[in-house]
Amino acid sequence: MRPDPELYAFSRYRDRPAIEWPGGKRVAVWVAPNLEYYEIDPPAHPKRKAWTRPHPDVVGYAHRDHSNRVSHWRMADVMERHGFPGSVSLSVALCQHHPEVVADANARGWEFFSHGIYNTRYAYEMDESQERAIIEDSIRTVRDATGQTIRGWLAPALTHTVNTLDLIAEYGLDYTCDLYHDDQPQRVRTRSGDLISMPYSLEVNDHYGFFIYNMSPREYADTLVRQFRRLADEGGTVMCIPLHAYLIGQPHRIGPFAEALAEIAADGRAWPCRAGEIADAWRAQQ
Amino acid sequence: MTLDPGYLAYPHRRHGYDHDLYAWSAIHERRPIAWPGGKRVAVWICVSLEWFPLIPSDTPFRAPGHMQTAYPDYRHYTAREYGTRVGFYRLLDAFAKIGATASIAMNGAIAERYPEIVADIGSAGHEIIAHSTDMNGTIATGLAEAEERALIAQSLDAIEKAAGARPRGWLSIARSQSWNTVRLLKEAGLGYCCDWVNDELPWRFANGLVNLPLNHELSDRQIITVQQQSADSYAQSVRDAFDWLAGEPGGRILPLHVTPYIIGLPYRIDAFEALIADLAARPEAWVAPGGAIVDAWTAQQ
Repeated sequence: MRPDPELYAFSRYRDRPAIEWPGGKRVAVWVAPNLEYYEIDPPAHPKRKAWTRPHPDVVGYAHRDHSNRVSHWRMADVMERHGFPGSVSLSVALCQHHPEVVADANARGWEFFSHGIYNTRYAYEMDESQERAIIEDSIRTVRDATGQTIRGWLAPALTHTVNTLDLIAEYGLDYTCDLYHDDQPQRVRTRSGDLISMPYSLEVNDHYGFFIYNMSPREYADTLVRQFRRLADEGGTVMCIPLHAYLIGQPHRIGPFAEALAEIAADGRAWPCRAGEIADAWRAQQ
Repeated sequence: MTLDPGYLAYPHRRHGYDHDLYAWSAIHERRPIAWPGGKRVAVWICVSLEWFPLIPSDTPFRAPGHMQTAYPDYRHYTAREYGTRVGFYRLLDAFAKIGATASIAMNGAIAERYPEIVADIGSAGHEIIAHSTDMNGTIATGLAEAEERALIAQSLDAIEKAAGARPRGWLSIARSQSWNTVRLLKEAGLGYCCDWVNDELPWRFANGLVNLPLNHELSDRQIITVQQQSADSYAQSVRDAFDWLAGEPGGRILPLHVTPYIIGLPYRIDAFEALIADLAARPEAWVAPGGAIVDAWTAQQ
Protein backbone atom coordinates (compact mmCIF):
# COMPACT_ATOMS: atom_id res chain seq x y z
CA MET A 1 0.00 0.00 0.00
CA ARG A 2 1.16 3.54 -0.68
CA PRO A 3 -0.10 6.87 0.59
CA ASP A 4 -0.22 8.48 -2.89
CA PRO A 5 -1.78 6.47 -5.71
CA GLU A 6 1.09 7.63 -7.97
CA LEU A 7 -1.16 7.81 -11.00
CA TYR A 8 -0.57 11.33 -12.24
CA ALA A 9 1.61 14.40 -11.84
CA PHE A 10 0.28 17.46 -10.10
CA SER A 11 -0.89 20.07 -12.58
CA ARG A 12 -2.46 23.32 -11.47
CA TYR A 13 -5.57 24.53 -13.28
CA ARG A 14 -3.98 27.94 -13.93
CA ASP A 15 -1.86 28.61 -17.08
CA ARG A 16 -2.50 25.32 -18.82
CA PRO A 17 -2.32 25.13 -22.63
CA ALA A 18 -5.80 25.79 -24.02
CA ILE A 19 -7.86 22.83 -25.15
CA GLU A 20 -9.98 23.41 -28.25
CA TRP A 21 -13.13 21.43 -28.88
CA PRO A 22 -14.53 20.89 -32.37
CA GLY A 23 -16.57 23.77 -33.78
CA GLY A 24 -15.12 26.17 -31.22
CA LYS A 25 -17.41 24.80 -28.52
CA ARG A 26 -16.50 25.62 -24.93
CA VAL A 27 -17.38 22.46 -23.07
CA ALA A 28 -17.55 18.83 -24.13
CA VAL A 29 -20.76 17.45 -22.64
CA TRP A 30 -21.02 13.71 -22.43
CA VAL A 31 -23.91 11.81 -20.93
CA ALA A 32 -23.08 8.52 -19.23
CA PRO A 33 -26.10 6.29 -18.59
CA ASN A 34 -25.21 3.39 -16.35
CA LEU A 35 -26.91 0.39 -17.94
CA GLU A 36 -26.60 -2.10 -15.14
CA TYR A 37 -27.64 -5.49 -13.92
CA TYR A 38 -27.75 -6.12 -10.20
CA GLU A 39 -28.09 -9.75 -9.17
CA ILE A 40 -30.87 -10.69 -6.79
CA ASP A 41 -28.72 -13.20 -4.88
CA PRO A 42 -25.03 -12.53 -5.59
CA PRO A 43 -22.25 -14.39 -3.78
CA ALA A 44 -20.80 -12.65 -0.74
CA HIS A 45 -17.68 -10.54 -1.14
CA PRO A 46 -15.34 -10.28 1.85
CA LYS A 47 -15.16 -6.47 1.66
CA ARG A 48 -18.60 -5.29 0.64
CA LYS A 49 -22.21 -6.36 0.96
CA ALA A 50 -24.23 -6.19 -2.23
CA TRP A 51 -27.52 -5.43 -0.52
CA THR A 52 -28.38 -3.88 2.82
CA ARG A 53 -31.14 -6.42 3.51
CA PRO A 54 -31.20 -10.20 3.44
CA HIS A 55 -31.74 -11.39 -0.14
CA PRO A 56 -34.02 -10.67 -1.85
CA ASP A 57 -33.75 -6.94 -1.19
CA VAL A 58 -37.03 -6.35 -2.98
CA VAL A 59 -36.94 -2.56 -3.15
CA GLY A 60 -33.26 -2.40 -4.06
CA TYR A 61 -33.57 -5.01 -6.78
CA ALA A 62 -36.91 -3.86 -8.18
CA HIS A 63 -35.87 -0.20 -8.21
CA ARG A 64 -32.95 -1.11 -10.50
CA ASP A 65 -35.11 -3.43 -12.57
CA HIS A 66 -37.23 -0.35 -13.32
CA SER A 67 -34.34 0.86 -15.50
CA ASN A 68 -34.62 -2.01 -17.89
CA ARG A 69 -38.41 -2.42 -17.92
CA VAL A 70 -39.45 1.24 -18.01
CA SER A 71 -37.05 4.09 -17.50
CA HIS A 72 -34.16 3.32 -19.86
CA TRP A 73 -36.50 3.84 -22.78
CA ARG A 74 -37.89 7.07 -21.37
CA MET A 75 -34.41 8.46 -20.60
CA ALA A 76 -32.97 7.43 -23.97
CA ASP A 77 -35.81 9.11 -25.87
CA VAL A 78 -35.25 12.36 -23.97
CA MET A 79 -31.50 12.30 -24.64
CA GLU A 80 -32.04 11.65 -28.32
CA ARG A 81 -34.68 14.36 -28.62
CA HIS A 82 -32.21 16.94 -27.32
CA GLY A 83 -29.23 15.69 -29.31
CA PHE A 84 -27.18 14.02 -26.58
CA PRO A 85 -25.69 10.59 -27.39
CA GLY A 86 -24.85 8.22 -24.56
CA SER A 87 -21.56 6.70 -23.50
CA VAL A 88 -22.70 3.67 -21.61
CA SER A 89 -21.23 2.42 -18.40
CA LEU A 90 -22.29 -1.18 -18.97
CA SER A 91 -22.64 -4.15 -16.65
CA VAL A 92 -21.68 -6.42 -19.50
CA ALA A 93 -23.92 -9.29 -18.31
CA LEU A 94 -26.79 -7.06 -19.40
CA CYS A 95 -25.87 -8.27 -22.90
CA GLN A 96 -27.12 -11.70 -21.79
CA HIS A 97 -29.98 -10.73 -19.47
CA HIS A 98 -31.58 -7.92 -21.42
CA PRO A 99 -29.95 -7.71 -24.87
CA GLU A 100 -32.90 -5.60 -25.99
CA VAL A 101 -31.67 -2.69 -23.86
CA VAL A 102 -28.12 -3.01 -25.17
CA ALA A 103 -29.34 -3.23 -28.76
CA ASP A 104 -31.42 -0.11 -28.26
CA ALA A 105 -28.42 1.86 -27.00
CA ASN A 106 -26.30 0.55 -29.87
CA ALA A 107 -28.94 1.48 -32.43
CA ARG A 108 -28.98 5.03 -31.06
CA GLY A 109 -25.26 5.30 -31.80
CA TRP A 110 -24.15 5.16 -28.18
CA GLU A 111 -20.67 4.13 -27.15
CA PHE A 112 -20.05 1.35 -24.60
CA PHE A 113 -17.41 1.03 -21.95
CA SER A 114 -17.22 -1.60 -19.25
CA HIS A 115 -18.61 -1.25 -15.76
CA GLY A 116 -17.70 -4.84 -14.90
CA ILE A 117 -19.74 -8.01 -15.30
CA TYR A 118 -22.43 -7.18 -12.74
CA ASN A 119 -22.78 -4.22 -10.44
CA THR A 120 -22.99 -6.77 -7.63
CA ARG A 121 -19.48 -8.25 -8.27
CA TYR A 122 -16.69 -6.24 -6.77
CA ALA A 123 -13.05 -6.11 -7.85
CA TYR A 124 -11.49 -5.61 -4.41
CA GLU A 125 -9.06 -8.45 -3.64
CA MET A 126 -9.09 -9.89 -7.15
CA ASP A 127 -5.71 -11.17 -8.17
CA GLU A 128 -4.26 -10.13 -11.51
CA SER A 129 -5.53 -13.18 -13.39
CA GLN A 130 -9.04 -12.65 -12.03
CA GLU A 131 -9.00 -9.04 -13.10
CA ARG A 132 -7.72 -10.05 -16.53
CA ALA A 133 -10.66 -12.42 -16.75
CA ILE A 134 -13.23 -9.66 -16.20
CA ILE A 135 -11.47 -7.34 -18.65
CA GLU A 136 -11.30 -10.05 -21.31
CA ASP A 137 -14.92 -11.00 -20.62
CA SER A 138 -15.92 -7.34 -21.01
CA ILE A 139 -14.10 -6.89 -24.31
CA ARG A 140 -15.47 -10.13 -25.73
CA THR A 141 -19.02 -9.69 -24.49
CA VAL A 142 -19.46 -6.14 -25.76
CA ARG A 143 -17.87 -7.00 -29.09
CA ASP A 144 -20.19 -9.98 -29.56
CA ALA A 145 -23.29 -8.00 -28.59
CA THR A 146 -22.64 -4.69 -30.33
CA GLY A 147 -19.66 -4.99 -32.70
CA GLN A 148 -17.97 -2.25 -30.66
CA THR A 149 -14.58 -2.52 -29.00
CA ILE A 150 -14.69 -0.93 -25.58
CA ARG A 151 -12.30 1.96 -25.05
CA GLY A 152 -13.01 2.80 -21.44
CA TRP A 153 -13.56 1.46 -17.95
CA LEU A 154 -15.59 2.48 -14.95
CA ALA A 155 -14.82 -0.02 -12.22
CA PRO A 156 -17.77 -2.23 -11.21
CA ALA A 157 -19.55 -0.37 -8.40
CA LEU A 158 -16.37 1.78 -8.32
CA THR A 159 -14.31 -1.07 -6.85
CA HIS A 160 -10.64 -1.19 -7.83
CA THR A 161 -7.37 -2.90 -7.27
CA VAL A 162 -3.99 -1.25 -7.68
CA ASN A 163 -3.59 -3.25 -10.90
CA THR A 164 -6.78 -2.13 -12.62
CA LEU A 165 -5.44 0.85 -14.53
CA ASP A 166 -2.24 -0.95 -15.57
CA LEU A 167 -4.27 -3.85 -16.90
CA ILE A 168 -6.86 -1.88 -18.86
CA ALA A 169 -4.03 0.10 -20.49
CA GLU A 170 -2.31 -3.17 -21.38
CA TYR A 171 -5.51 -4.37 -23.06
CA GLY A 172 -5.51 -1.22 -25.18
CA LEU A 173 -8.26 0.74 -23.50
CA ASP A 174 -7.96 4.51 -23.83
CA TYR A 175 -9.69 5.99 -20.83
CA THR A 176 -10.67 5.49 -17.22
CA CYS A 177 -13.67 7.16 -15.62
CA ASP A 178 -12.59 6.37 -12.08
CA LEU A 179 -10.51 9.44 -11.21
CA TYR A 180 -12.16 12.66 -10.09
CA HIS A 181 -9.25 15.04 -9.82
CA ASP A 182 -9.93 17.36 -12.77
CA ASP A 183 -12.41 19.02 -15.15
CA GLN A 184 -10.15 18.32 -18.14
CA PRO A 185 -8.79 15.06 -19.53
CA GLN A 186 -5.52 14.17 -17.86
CA ARG A 187 -2.69 11.76 -18.49
CA VAL A 188 -2.56 8.71 -16.22
CA ARG A 189 0.70 6.83 -15.80
CA THR A 190 0.53 3.06 -16.01
CA ARG A 191 3.14 0.34 -16.43
CA SER A 192 1.77 -0.21 -19.96
CA GLY A 193 1.85 3.41 -21.12
CA ASP A 194 -0.58 6.25 -20.79
CA LEU A 195 -4.28 6.20 -20.16
CA ILE A 196 -6.59 9.19 -20.28
CA SER A 197 -8.48 10.17 -17.19
CA MET A 198 -11.89 11.08 -18.56
CA PRO A 199 -13.72 13.49 -16.28
CA TYR A 200 -16.75 11.65 -14.93
CA SER A 201 -18.60 13.10 -11.97
CA LEU A 202 -19.77 12.04 -8.59
CA GLU A 203 -21.04 15.50 -7.70
CA VAL A 204 -23.56 15.83 -10.53
CA ASN A 205 -24.24 12.10 -10.74
CA ASP A 206 -27.97 11.64 -10.35
CA HIS A 207 -27.33 9.21 -7.50
CA TYR A 208 -25.51 11.91 -5.53
CA GLY A 209 -28.10 14.50 -6.47
CA PHE A 210 -31.03 12.47 -5.21
CA PHE A 211 -29.54 10.30 -2.46
CA ILE A 212 -26.57 12.19 -1.07
CA TYR A 213 -27.76 15.78 -1.51
CA ASN A 214 -31.48 14.93 -1.41
CA MET A 215 -32.32 17.30 -4.23
CA SER A 216 -35.75 17.70 -5.69
CA PRO A 217 -35.95 16.94 -9.42
CA ARG A 218 -35.98 20.64 -10.23
CA GLU A 219 -33.03 21.37 -7.97
CA TYR A 220 -31.05 18.66 -9.74
CA ALA A 221 -31.96 20.04 -13.16
CA ASP A 222 -30.84 23.48 -12.01
CA THR A 223 -27.57 21.96 -10.75
CA LEU A 224 -26.84 20.54 -14.19
CA VAL A 225 -27.44 23.89 -15.87
CA ARG A 226 -25.22 25.72 -13.36
CA GLN A 227 -22.46 23.15 -13.74
CA PHE A 228 -22.66 23.55 -17.50
CA ARG A 229 -22.64 27.36 -17.47
CA ARG A 230 -19.60 27.60 -15.25
CA LEU A 231 -17.61 25.04 -17.23
CA ALA A 232 -18.62 26.79 -20.49
CA ASP A 233 -17.45 30.14 -19.10
CA GLU A 234 -14.06 28.62 -18.29
CA GLY A 235 -13.75 26.77 -21.62
CA GLY A 236 -11.76 23.71 -22.72
CA THR A 237 -13.58 21.71 -20.10
CA VAL A 238 -15.50 18.44 -19.88
CA MET A 239 -18.89 18.00 -18.26
CA CYS A 240 -20.13 14.52 -17.63
CA ILE A 241 -23.73 13.79 -16.71
CA PRO A 242 -23.70 10.30 -15.13
CA LEU A 243 -27.17 8.81 -14.97
CA HIS A 244 -29.12 5.82 -13.77
CA ALA A 245 -32.39 5.39 -15.60
CA TYR A 246 -34.13 4.13 -12.45
CA LEU A 247 -33.41 7.51 -10.87
CA ILE A 248 -33.52 10.14 -13.62
CA GLY A 249 -36.19 8.23 -15.53
CA GLN A 250 -38.74 8.34 -12.72
CA PRO A 251 -41.85 10.17 -13.86
CA HIS A 252 -41.31 13.14 -11.54
CA ARG A 253 -37.70 13.64 -12.61
CA ILE A 254 -37.67 13.14 -16.35
CA GLY A 255 -39.52 16.37 -17.21
CA PRO A 256 -37.16 18.71 -15.34
CA PHE A 257 -34.19 16.73 -16.72
CA ALA A 258 -35.48 17.17 -20.27
CA GLU A 259 -35.73 20.91 -19.64
CA ALA A 260 -32.13 21.01 -18.41
CA LEU A 261 -30.90 19.22 -21.53
CA ALA A 262 -32.91 21.60 -23.71
CA GLU A 263 -31.36 24.58 -21.93
CA ILE A 264 -27.83 23.21 -22.29
CA ALA A 265 -28.37 22.44 -25.96
CA ALA A 266 -29.88 25.88 -26.65
CA ASP A 267 -26.95 27.70 -25.04
CA GLY A 268 -24.77 27.01 -28.08
CA ARG A 269 -21.53 26.44 -26.18
CA ALA A 270 -21.91 22.69 -25.65
CA TRP A 271 -20.29 19.97 -27.72
CA PRO A 272 -22.60 17.01 -27.09
CA CYS A 273 -20.37 14.01 -27.67
CA ARG A 274 -19.26 10.55 -26.63
CA ALA A 275 -16.34 9.86 -24.33
CA GLY A 276 -14.24 8.37 -27.12
CA GLU A 277 -14.59 11.54 -29.16
CA ILE A 278 -13.28 13.56 -26.22
CA ALA A 279 -10.33 11.20 -25.92
CA ASP A 280 -9.56 11.59 -29.63
CA ALA A 281 -9.88 15.38 -29.64
CA TRP A 282 -7.72 15.72 -26.55
CA ARG A 283 -5.03 13.34 -27.73
CA ALA A 284 -4.77 15.17 -31.05
CA GLN A 285 -3.76 18.29 -29.12
CA GLN A 286 -1.03 16.69 -27.01
CA MET B 1 -4.83 -11.42 -2.56
CA THR B 2 -7.27 -13.51 -4.45
CA LEU B 3 -10.98 -14.14 -4.37
CA ASP B 4 -12.65 -17.52 -4.24
CA PRO B 5 -12.93 -18.75 -7.86
CA GLY B 6 -16.68 -19.07 -7.37
CA TYR B 7 -16.85 -15.32 -7.18
CA LEU B 8 -16.11 -15.22 -10.92
CA ALA B 9 -18.71 -17.85 -11.83
CA TYR B 10 -22.05 -16.61 -13.15
CA PRO B 11 -24.52 -19.50 -13.10
CA HIS B 12 -27.57 -17.31 -13.82
CA ARG B 13 -26.09 -15.31 -16.70
CA ARG B 14 -28.80 -15.91 -19.27
CA HIS B 15 -31.60 -14.19 -21.14
CA GLY B 16 -34.19 -12.75 -18.75
CA TYR B 17 -33.68 -12.63 -15.02
CA ASP B 18 -31.39 -14.34 -12.55
CA HIS B 19 -34.51 -15.68 -10.79
CA ASP B 20 -37.81 -17.29 -11.77
CA LEU B 21 -40.22 -15.11 -9.82
CA TYR B 22 -41.52 -13.25 -12.87
CA ALA B 23 -40.79 -12.86 -16.56
CA TRP B 24 -38.74 -10.15 -18.25
CA SER B 25 -40.81 -7.59 -20.14
CA ALA B 26 -40.18 -4.00 -21.24
CA ILE B 27 -43.20 -1.73 -20.90
CA HIS B 28 -43.25 -0.41 -24.48
CA GLU B 29 -43.46 -3.92 -25.90
CA ARG B 30 -46.80 -4.60 -24.20
CA ARG B 31 -50.17 -3.79 -25.66
CA PRO B 32 -51.17 -0.29 -24.49
CA ILE B 33 -53.63 -0.18 -21.61
CA ALA B 34 -56.75 2.02 -21.74
CA TRP B 35 -58.25 3.02 -18.40
CA PRO B 36 -62.05 3.40 -18.05
CA GLY B 37 -63.41 6.42 -19.90
CA GLY B 38 -60.29 6.54 -22.07
CA LYS B 39 -58.30 8.17 -19.27
CA ARG B 40 -54.49 8.21 -19.54
CA VAL B 41 -53.38 8.26 -15.92
CA ALA B 42 -54.78 6.14 -13.12
CA VAL B 43 -54.19 8.17 -9.95
CA TRP B 44 -53.92 5.62 -7.16
CA ILE B 45 -53.92 7.03 -3.65
CA CYS B 46 -52.69 4.49 -1.11
CA VAL B 47 -52.64 5.44 2.58
CA SER B 48 -50.62 3.38 5.05
CA LEU B 49 -52.45 3.13 8.36
CA GLU B 50 -50.14 1.70 10.97
CA TRP B 51 -49.96 0.86 14.64
CA PHE B 52 -46.51 0.86 16.24
CA PRO B 53 -46.35 -1.14 19.48
CA LEU B 54 -44.49 0.72 22.21
CA ILE B 55 -42.21 -2.33 22.42
CA PRO B 56 -40.52 -2.47 19.00
CA SER B 57 -39.25 -5.67 17.43
CA ASP B 58 -36.06 -5.92 15.40
CA THR B 59 -36.73 -9.35 13.94
CA PRO B 60 -36.27 -9.49 11.08
CA PHE B 61 -35.84 -5.69 11.07
CA ARG B 62 -37.32 -2.60 12.71
CA ALA B 63 -39.99 -0.93 10.59
CA PRO B 64 -39.41 2.59 9.26
CA GLY B 65 -41.09 5.09 11.56
CA HIS B 66 -40.85 2.81 14.60
CA MET B 67 -39.81 3.68 18.17
CA GLN B 68 -36.41 5.34 18.51
CA THR B 69 -35.76 6.22 22.14
CA ALA B 70 -35.32 4.09 25.23
CA TYR B 71 -38.56 2.63 26.57
CA PRO B 72 -41.10 4.15 26.85
CA ASP B 73 -40.87 6.19 23.63
CA TYR B 74 -44.04 8.19 24.16
CA ARG B 75 -42.76 10.73 21.64
CA HIS B 76 -42.87 8.45 18.59
CA TYR B 77 -45.74 6.30 19.80
CA THR B 78 -48.04 9.28 20.13
CA ALA B 79 -46.75 11.10 17.05
CA ARG B 80 -47.71 8.04 14.97
CA GLU B 81 -51.08 7.84 16.74
CA TYR B 82 -51.62 11.49 15.86
CA GLY B 83 -51.65 10.38 12.22
CA THR B 84 -54.27 7.72 12.92
CA ARG B 85 -56.57 9.90 15.07
CA VAL B 86 -56.22 13.27 13.33
CA GLY B 87 -54.21 13.17 10.11
CA PHE B 88 -56.15 10.26 8.69
CA TYR B 89 -59.45 12.09 9.19
CA ARG B 90 -58.04 15.10 7.36
CA LEU B 91 -57.23 12.74 4.51
CA LEU B 92 -60.69 11.15 4.56
CA ASP B 93 -62.24 14.61 4.38
CA ALA B 94 -59.94 15.59 1.53
CA PHE B 95 -60.93 12.46 -0.40
CA ALA B 96 -64.63 13.10 0.25
CA LYS B 97 -64.34 16.69 -0.96
CA ILE B 98 -63.22 15.59 -4.42
CA GLY B 99 -65.10 12.29 -4.56
CA ALA B 100 -61.90 10.23 -4.61
CA THR B 101 -61.79 6.56 -3.72
CA ALA B 102 -58.50 5.42 -2.21
CA SER B 103 -56.77 2.29 -0.94
CA ILE B 104 -56.09 2.10 2.78
CA ALA B 105 -53.21 -0.26 3.56
CA MET B 106 -54.01 -1.18 7.12
CA ASN B 107 -52.28 -3.17 9.81
CA GLY B 108 -54.51 -5.89 11.24
CA ALA B 109 -54.02 -4.18 14.60
CA ILE B 110 -55.77 -1.05 13.32
CA ALA B 111 -58.84 -3.15 12.49
CA GLU B 112 -58.76 -4.80 15.91
CA ARG B 113 -58.14 -1.67 17.93
CA TYR B 114 -60.13 0.96 16.04
CA PRO B 115 -63.28 -0.52 14.48
CA GLU B 116 -64.68 3.02 14.07
CA ILE B 117 -61.98 3.68 11.51
CA VAL B 118 -62.89 0.54 9.58
CA ALA B 119 -66.53 1.61 9.58
CA ASP B 120 -65.66 5.10 8.34
CA ILE B 121 -63.52 3.66 5.56
CA GLY B 122 -66.30 1.30 4.59
CA SER B 123 -68.99 3.96 4.49
CA ALA B 124 -66.78 6.16 2.32
CA GLY B 125 -66.26 3.28 -0.12
CA HIS B 126 -62.50 3.04 0.14
CA GLU B 127 -60.65 -0.22 -0.40
CA ILE B 128 -58.76 -1.92 2.43
CA ILE B 129 -55.41 -3.54 1.62
CA ALA B 130 -53.77 -5.80 4.18
CA HIS B 131 -50.55 -4.31 5.56
CA SER B 132 -49.27 -6.97 7.97
CA THR B 133 -50.27 -7.36 11.60
CA ASP B 134 -48.74 -4.33 13.25
CA MET B 135 -45.47 -2.53 12.74
CA ASN B 136 -43.58 -5.37 14.38
CA GLY B 137 -44.80 -7.61 11.56
CA THR B 138 -41.87 -7.14 9.23
CA ILE B 139 -40.94 -9.80 6.69
CA ALA B 140 -37.53 -10.71 5.29
CA THR B 141 -35.58 -13.86 4.59
CA GLY B 142 -34.81 -15.32 7.99
CA LEU B 143 -38.40 -15.17 9.21
CA ALA B 144 -39.53 -18.78 9.54
CA GLU B 145 -42.00 -19.83 6.89
CA ALA B 146 -44.60 -20.91 9.44
CA GLU B 147 -44.34 -17.55 11.20
CA GLU B 148 -44.70 -15.66 7.95
CA ARG B 149 -47.73 -17.74 6.96
CA ALA B 150 -49.30 -17.08 10.35
CA LEU B 151 -48.57 -13.37 10.13
CA ILE B 152 -50.31 -13.11 6.76
CA ALA B 153 -53.33 -15.08 8.00
CA GLN B 154 -53.57 -13.04 11.19
CA SER B 155 -53.56 -9.78 9.26
CA LEU B 156 -56.26 -10.97 6.84
CA ASP B 157 -58.39 -12.45 9.62
CA ALA B 158 -58.32 -9.29 11.71
CA ILE B 159 -59.33 -7.10 8.79
CA GLU B 160 -62.02 -9.51 7.63
CA LYS B 161 -63.49 -9.65 11.11
CA ALA B 162 -63.77 -5.86 11.35
CA ALA B 163 -64.62 -5.04 7.75
CA GLY B 164 -66.71 -8.05 6.80
CA ALA B 165 -64.62 -8.79 3.74
CA ARG B 166 -61.20 -10.28 3.18
CA PRO B 167 -58.73 -7.93 1.48
CA ARG B 168 -57.55 -8.80 -2.04
CA GLY B 169 -54.38 -6.74 -1.84
CA TRP B 170 -51.23 -6.88 0.28
CA LEU B 171 -48.53 -4.35 1.11
CA SER B 172 -45.55 -5.55 3.13
CA ILE B 173 -43.94 -3.24 5.65
CA ALA B 174 -41.17 -1.35 3.82
CA ARG B 175 -42.20 -3.49 0.79
CA SER B 176 -39.85 -6.13 2.21
CA GLN B 177 -40.39 -9.77 1.31
CA SER B 178 -38.68 -13.09 1.89
CA TRP B 179 -38.10 -15.72 -0.79
CA ASN B 180 -41.38 -17.28 0.39
CA THR B 181 -43.65 -14.24 0.37
CA VAL B 182 -44.97 -14.36 -3.20
CA ARG B 183 -45.94 -18.01 -2.73
CA LEU B 184 -47.47 -17.47 0.70
CA LEU B 185 -49.52 -14.48 -0.43
CA LYS B 186 -50.92 -16.53 -3.30
CA GLU B 187 -51.66 -19.47 -0.98
CA ALA B 188 -53.49 -17.10 1.36
CA GLY B 189 -55.88 -16.25 -1.46
CA LEU B 190 -54.61 -12.74 -2.13
CA GLY B 191 -54.95 -11.37 -5.65
CA TYR B 192 -52.21 -8.77 -5.67
CA CYS B 193 -49.31 -7.26 -3.78
CA CYS B 194 -47.79 -3.78 -4.04
CA ASP B 195 -44.19 -4.47 -3.04
CA TRP B 196 -42.19 -4.55 -6.29
CA VAL B 197 -41.40 -1.07 -7.61
CA ASN B 198 -39.94 -2.23 -10.92
CA ASP B 199 -42.71 -1.09 -13.27
CA GLU B 200 -45.45 1.45 -13.90
CA LEU B 201 -48.18 -1.02 -14.81
CA PRO B 202 -49.42 -4.17 -13.07
CA TRP B 203 -47.75 -7.46 -13.99
CA ARG B 204 -48.03 -11.11 -12.93
CA PHE B 205 -45.62 -13.27 -10.99
CA ALA B 206 -45.05 -16.76 -12.40
CA ASN B 207 -47.50 -18.11 -9.81
CA GLY B 208 -50.31 -15.80 -10.96
CA LEU B 209 -50.20 -13.23 -8.16
CA VAL B 210 -50.43 -9.70 -9.59
CA ASN B 211 -47.99 -6.95 -8.60
CA LEU B 212 -49.37 -3.43 -8.57
CA PRO B 213 -46.26 -1.22 -8.32
CA LEU B 214 -46.47 1.38 -5.58
CA ASN B 215 -43.71 3.85 -6.44
CA HIS B 216 -41.63 4.38 -3.29
CA GLU B 217 -39.72 7.33 -4.72
CA LEU B 218 -42.94 9.33 -5.03
CA SER B 219 -44.05 8.60 -1.46
CA ASP B 220 -44.38 11.30 1.17
CA ARG B 221 -41.98 9.26 3.31
CA GLN B 222 -39.22 9.35 0.68
CA ILE B 223 -39.64 12.95 -0.44
CA ILE B 224 -40.55 14.63 2.85
CA THR B 225 -39.07 12.44 5.59
CA VAL B 226 -36.01 10.99 3.86
CA GLN B 227 -35.11 13.72 1.38
CA GLN B 228 -36.31 16.48 3.72
CA GLN B 229 -38.24 18.32 1.03
CA SER B 230 -41.25 20.53 1.77
CA ALA B 231 -44.86 19.55 1.11
CA ASP B 232 -44.84 22.06 -1.74
CA SER B 233 -41.81 20.37 -3.28
CA TYR B 234 -43.57 17.00 -2.90
CA ALA B 235 -46.67 18.37 -4.64
CA GLN B 236 -44.54 19.85 -7.41
CA SER B 237 -42.89 16.50 -8.02
CA VAL B 238 -46.24 14.73 -8.20
CA ARG B 239 -47.60 17.32 -10.64
CA ASP B 240 -44.50 16.96 -12.79
CA ALA B 241 -44.97 13.18 -12.74
CA PHE B 242 -48.60 13.48 -13.77
CA ASP B 243 -47.76 15.85 -16.61
CA TRP B 244 -45.15 13.46 -17.94
CA LEU B 245 -47.29 10.33 -17.63
CA ALA B 246 -50.27 11.98 -19.30
CA GLY B 247 -48.11 12.39 -22.40
CA GLU B 248 -46.83 8.83 -22.60
CA PRO B 249 -48.30 6.31 -25.01
CA GLY B 250 -50.84 4.08 -23.28
CA GLY B 251 -52.34 4.19 -19.82
CA ARG B 252 -50.02 4.73 -16.89
CA ILE B 253 -50.37 4.72 -13.09
CA LEU B 254 -49.45 7.56 -10.76
CA PRO B 255 -49.23 5.98 -7.30
CA LEU B 256 -49.44 8.36 -4.35
CA HIS B 257 -48.29 6.49 -1.28
CA VAL B 258 -49.03 8.69 1.73
CA THR B 259 -48.77 8.42 5.48
CA PRO B 260 -51.17 10.18 7.86
CA TYR B 261 -48.48 11.16 10.37
CA ILE B 262 -46.42 12.71 7.56
CA ILE B 263 -48.74 14.36 5.04
CA GLY B 264 -51.66 14.78 7.45
CA LEU B 265 -49.99 17.48 9.56
CA PRO B 266 -51.66 20.89 9.66
CA TYR B 267 -48.85 22.65 7.80
CA ARG B 268 -48.71 20.03 5.05
CA ILE B 269 -52.30 18.95 4.44
CA ASP B 270 -53.25 22.08 2.49
CA ALA B 271 -50.63 21.33 -0.15
CA PHE B 272 -51.90 17.75 -0.42
CA GLU B 273 -55.57 18.79 -0.62
CA ALA B 274 -54.78 21.25 -3.40
CA LEU B 275 -52.69 18.62 -5.18
CA ILE B 276 -55.32 15.89 -5.28
CA ALA B 277 -58.07 18.36 -6.19
CA ASP B 278 -55.89 19.55 -9.04
CA LEU B 279 -55.14 16.01 -10.23
CA ALA B 280 -58.76 14.86 -9.97
CA ALA B 281 -59.84 17.80 -12.13
CA ARG B 282 -57.42 16.90 -14.91
CA PRO B 283 -59.23 15.47 -17.94
CA GLU B 284 -56.64 12.64 -18.23
CA ALA B 285 -57.10 11.45 -14.63
CA TRP B 286 -58.90 8.38 -13.38
CA VAL B 287 -58.73 8.42 -9.58
CA ALA B 288 -59.17 4.82 -8.47
CA PRO B 289 -58.24 2.37 -5.71
CA GLY B 290 -55.73 -0.41 -6.35
CA GLY B 291 -58.27 -3.21 -6.80
CA ALA B 292 -60.11 -1.28 -9.54
CA ILE B 293 -56.84 -0.63 -11.35
CA VAL B 294 -55.91 -4.30 -11.17
CA ASP B 295 -59.37 -5.25 -12.48
CA ALA B 296 -59.17 -2.80 -15.39
CA TRP B 297 -55.72 -4.11 -16.27
CA THR B 298 -56.73 -7.78 -15.91
CA ALA B 299 -59.69 -7.30 -18.24
CA GLN B 300 -57.27 -6.22 -20.98
CA GLN B 301 -54.83 -9.13 -20.68
